[in-house]
Amino acid sequence: MAKEHPVKVRTSDFSVYYGQKQALFNIGIDIFDRKVTAFIGPSGCGKSTFLRSINRMNDLIDGTRCSGKLEVDGIDVYGKEVDVVTLRRSIGMVFQKSIPFPKSIYENITYGLTLTEKRSKDELDHIVETSLKRAALWEEVKDRLTHSAQGLSGGQQQRLCIARAVAVNPEILLMDEPCSALDPISTGKVEELITELKDTYTIVLVTHNMQQAARVSDYTGFFLMGKLIEFDRTRSIFTAPSKKETEDYITGRFG
Amino acid sequence: MSKHRFAAAQRHRGEHIAEWTIRIVASTSILTIFLIFVFVFRETTTLFSPDAQNIPSSSATAEEILTPELYNADALTAEEAHELNIPEVYNPETGTLGEPEPIALGGPELPRSSTKQVAERSVWNRLTDAAWQPVSSDPKFGIMPLLVGTAKTTFLAILLGAPLGILAAMYSAFFAPARVRNVLKPTIELLAGFPSVVIGFFCLTIVATLMQDLLGTEARLNAIVGGIGLSITVIPIVFSIAEESLSAVPKSLREASLALGGTEWQTAYRVMLPAAAPGVFAAVLLGIGRAFGETMIAIMATGNAPMLTAGIADPVRTVAATIGAEMGEVVWGSDHYGVLFLLGTILFVVSFGLNAITELYVKQRLIRKFQGQ
Repeated sequence: MAKEHPVKVRTSDFSVYYGQKQALFNIGIDIFDRKVTAFIGPSGCGKSTFLRSINRMNDLIDGTRCSGKLEVDGIDVYGKEVDVVTLRRSIGMVFQKSIPFPKSIYENITYGLTLTEKRSKDELDHIVETSLKRAALWEEVKDRLTHSAQGLSGGQQQRLCIARAVAVNPEILLMDEPCSALDPISTGKVEELITELKDTYTIVLVTHNMQQAARVSDYTGFFLMGKLIEFDRTRSIFTAPSKKETEDYITGRFG
Repeated sequence: MSKHRFAAAQRHRGEHIAEWTIRIVASTSILTIFLIFVFVFRETTTLFSPDAQNIPSSSATAEEILTPELYNADALTAEEAHELNIPEVYNPETGTLGEPEPIALGGPELPRSSTKQVAERSVWNRLTDAAWQPVSSDPKFGIMPLLVGTAKTTFLAILLGAPLGILAAMYSAFFAPARVRNVLKPTIELLAGFPSVVIGFFCLTIVATLMQDLLGTEARLNAIVGGIGLSITVIPIVFSIAEESLSAVPKSLREASLALGGTEWQTAYRVMLPAAAPGVFAAVLLGIGRAFGETMIAIMATGNAPMLTAGIADPVRTVAATIGAEMGEVVWGSDHYGVLFLLGTILFVVSFGLNAITELYVKQRLIRKFQGQ
């Protein structure tokens, strides 16, 4: 595995437990800066759990605890001095279901920005425009920024959620099956977007769709039963997997 | 001839009976409510009938009418009172005429009606009087003091009850650990089923003393004490409806806000509360309806003096309390009776209006505003 890129997220011996049940087993992985890393695996294999561990969203679930190390830029995110709110501000997240706030399109984008500080109207206008452009949504919504975001189509809503995450200028973008509820055309748009965004952000993508992982990611990790079976360049995983389980999964023999 | 294989089975007939029983019971309850409304309106219409002019005082002799108004007519003969020629004053301590201080009862003094006016003033003219003195020989059915009194107590009850109820609901829905919530929610909701006479008694004995010590009000029982009492009934209503609508906001919205780096408070205040705004607004409206219509606490804790003043530290009497206190002793079919039903109609129309606003405006307009489409 070549390591020509700096590491953004590094875990070692990282395990997560939901109460008595262990969901992740001793994960050790290096996620590279400004690359798209995809996690594949059957349902319940722990890939979403791992994704949500990075920005500590698992903290919201009662009885969750973890062991081992998970570092972002060398800082242990589960360390005592880490403020989870500040952490999440630099790690954006896009969810499986598009969930715009019940506000206008404009307010959806500015929400994250106005959490920390007051900004001028001009500045907000500018960020709204650039964020929507980055999410390839500007042309479609520029005339109805004050309309409710819930009037948008599913695909537009998901791109709005991406724009919302991008607006606060995070370093890492976590995407939890962002296309699973979208039609093929919207999926195509979001995938294109991912490819464009990876110049700026470290993107971690969880997907059920192996073609999607093959299309957009640089690195792929295969999870099975809470264990990271294999992690390598996407090309290697899909053309020459080194583990039998990986090969079985990507060739459709199970899962 | 044997039945064909699709013939109705025995169990279908049983279900049929059950279905019809439910239908009949349901329609009966709806019909009952409807008939109550019809009855209330019908009794109000006695005011419109020609008999309405036939108020008791119109049959009084000239001498009786010229006699100054007395609340305790037995305490003095008409002649004695006439000799004294004192303005109407009632001393609640002795039940007799007291010192001739002009404002013992409160409310602006009205010019004494002449004999002729007493006989001719219709009940409708009397409704605009500045005082509520329904059983004097020149009855005054001024509903203004009652409406103002109701507005004062309702306003205070909502001012206290709505923020407390909403904040408690936010705490329960978003911040409280499951353990706390499981105790908190039923406890507050239990308060809704608390007998209002107990709350009234509590206000009458404890809150009134506390507030008088604290604020130094002249009257022990007043709109503030009444408002506090009513807010105790408003809180559980606002809490339970607001809590329900706050809890109904998708958890995914909370996650989305937290993932953007919002704190729990920012999330609750800026995302969850606006998303639940129609429900919270409905909760406040229903709280207003509850405070408006509450009778027992209003009778016990407000001082029950129908005074037309602006101060919130003055005793007041509410519409509901007036009906509750006077309906049992009113002469059936009299003007007083009709006016009490008119008050009942006002109560009904306002509560109905509030519920209608809740249903129509809140559910349709606000949902559209906050949630799009």
